[in-house]
Amino acid sequence: MQYMLMIYADPAGFARLKPEEVERAMGGYFAYNDALKAAKVYVAGERLKSTSTASTVKVTEGKTKVQDGPFAESKEELGGYYIIDVPDLDAALKWAAKCPGAHHGSVEVRAIWPSESTAKLDYRK
Amino acid sequence: MAKTSNTEAHRAAENAARQSYGKLVAFLAARNRDVASAEDALAEAFAAALAQWPVTGTPNNPEAWLLTAARRKLIDAARRRKAGAAAEPHLSLLTDELAAAAEDAMSIPDRRLALMFACAHPAIDEAIRAPLILQTILGLDAAAIGSAFLVSPASMGQRLVRAKTKIKQAGIAFKIPEAEELADRLEPVLDAVYAAFSEGWTDADGTESKRRNLAEEAIWLGQLLVTLLPDEPEVLGLLSLMLHAEARRPARRDVHGDYVPLSEQDPAAWTLPLVQQAEALLHGASTKRRLGRYQLQAAVQSVHAARRITGKIDWVAIDGLYEALHLLTGSPVVAINRAVAIGEVHGSEAGLSALPSPETATLLLQYQPYWAARARLLSAAGQPHEAIEAYDIAIGLEPDPAVRRFLQRKRQALRH
Repeated sequence: MQYMLMIYADPAGFARLKPEEVERAMGGYFAYNDALKAAKVYVAGERLKSTSTASTVKVTEGKTKVQDGPFAESKEELGGYYIIDVPDLDAALKWAAKCPGAHHGSVEVRAIWPSESTAKLDYRK
Repeated sequence: MAKTSNTEAHRAAENAARQSYGKLVAFLAARNRDVASAEDALAEAFAAALAQWPVTGTPNNPEAWLLTAARRKLIDAARRRKAGAAAEPHLSLLTDELAAAAEDAMSIPDRRLALMFACAHPAIDEAIRAPLILQTILGLDAAAIGSAFLVSPASMGQRLVRAKTKIKQAGIAFKIPEAEELADRLEPVLDAVYAAFSEGWTDADGTESKRRNLAEEAIWLGQLLVTLLPDEPEVLGLLSLMLHAEARRPARRDVHGDYVPLSEQDPAAWTLPLVQQAEALLHGASTKRRLGRYQLQAAVQSVHAARRITGKIDWVAIDGLYEALHLLTGSPVVAINRAVAIGEVHGSEAGLSALPSPETATLLLQYQPYWAARARLLSAAGQPHEAIEAYDIAIGLEPDPAVRRFLQRKRQALRH
């Protein structure tokens, strides 16, 4: 099954870090990426720019409304994500606990609906 | 004649349900984690059994019969959901797998433990874990569970559906955790069983038979856990604790239906075989040399049970056990019990100062045992006015009329 790990953190905390601390934090993520890939569970993962770059779009009755800012304002914001492919929730939760994001923020784990192709693969398992 | 065989079929079906329900749900749902579909298929299989067994006689192997019937219903349902060729590989796999297992019902693997771990998974809302185990392992319906937990059947039904959907959609596996995780993951399973027991136990009058049954169901689950995990001391400790409490059921009301506190119960009214079983389980647990919360709680009950032989309560031992429990759990509820024990050993002043402060745990202000313990200690310390105030609050918080009458008598006695 595929899961999305969504990293929520307070960007102010990151901004307060000294350069060597930033380097250490980034090093943690690089090591985590390597570990995910070595375990062959990595599907995708990216770091997002700050919510100051966010725009929220909604189309109602054919009219497009664009709003400045993220969908929901909160102190902790979505700062990045991973998509991993693991056998079950327990495995996903274990990877989430290893994610540096779980230490400087929180990681929300969500199951991903299988697309038609992955569903077929599933039958053969 | 027909009527007799009808009752027999009923009894056979009920017996099979008791022994096999959870096993069949666990087996049918293990592959795709779809508990709701497995339950639906099994419900249809039981309905078919009740219709057919009175006519054809009870099959030699009711479990295998029910599995075969449920398997057919499950395949029918899957076929209805996934029409077309795309479903065929899935269906044939399902058929092969289930047919292989049905050939010999003795070979139906017992996955109940894995199912219980899924129901009490940390990702499942804590409040729904006990109801979920009662439903999936024992087949209790939402109405019975709802009435036992004082929740409307509709809302209990919705919460159960939501939890089953989470097991299926979030990918909670039916598996027994690895050895290094087992203790941590076992705790919520034991807590859920004990929560069911406590719900059944609070109906002291025994007037609401559904709630009383819940205590019996919890003991049945405790026994099942002991069979499945015989080397886990906390599992033995939990069953010991429940059996000690159950043994005292006949003693906790006097002939007028009034509440009798444990220290005033007549040990001759305790159910001796249950006390003996509880003691044997606790002894078995102690040989594993891994102490835990349930063993300590059972040990406290064991000290109380020793009164039937020694004629007195060893408060020093109880104080020591509560001290260990408090170190382990930090629970304010344990602290209240410990304060009472300290009061008995070192005097009521010491007990009063050991009571947890409601300023640090505000929920205590709404907790009847806190006020009752406070009243008892204040009264022993010669502060009747403060004791009366505490009794008043305890009486106001107590839902059980028999316990309320008991507290009122204690309060009356202080007026003289």
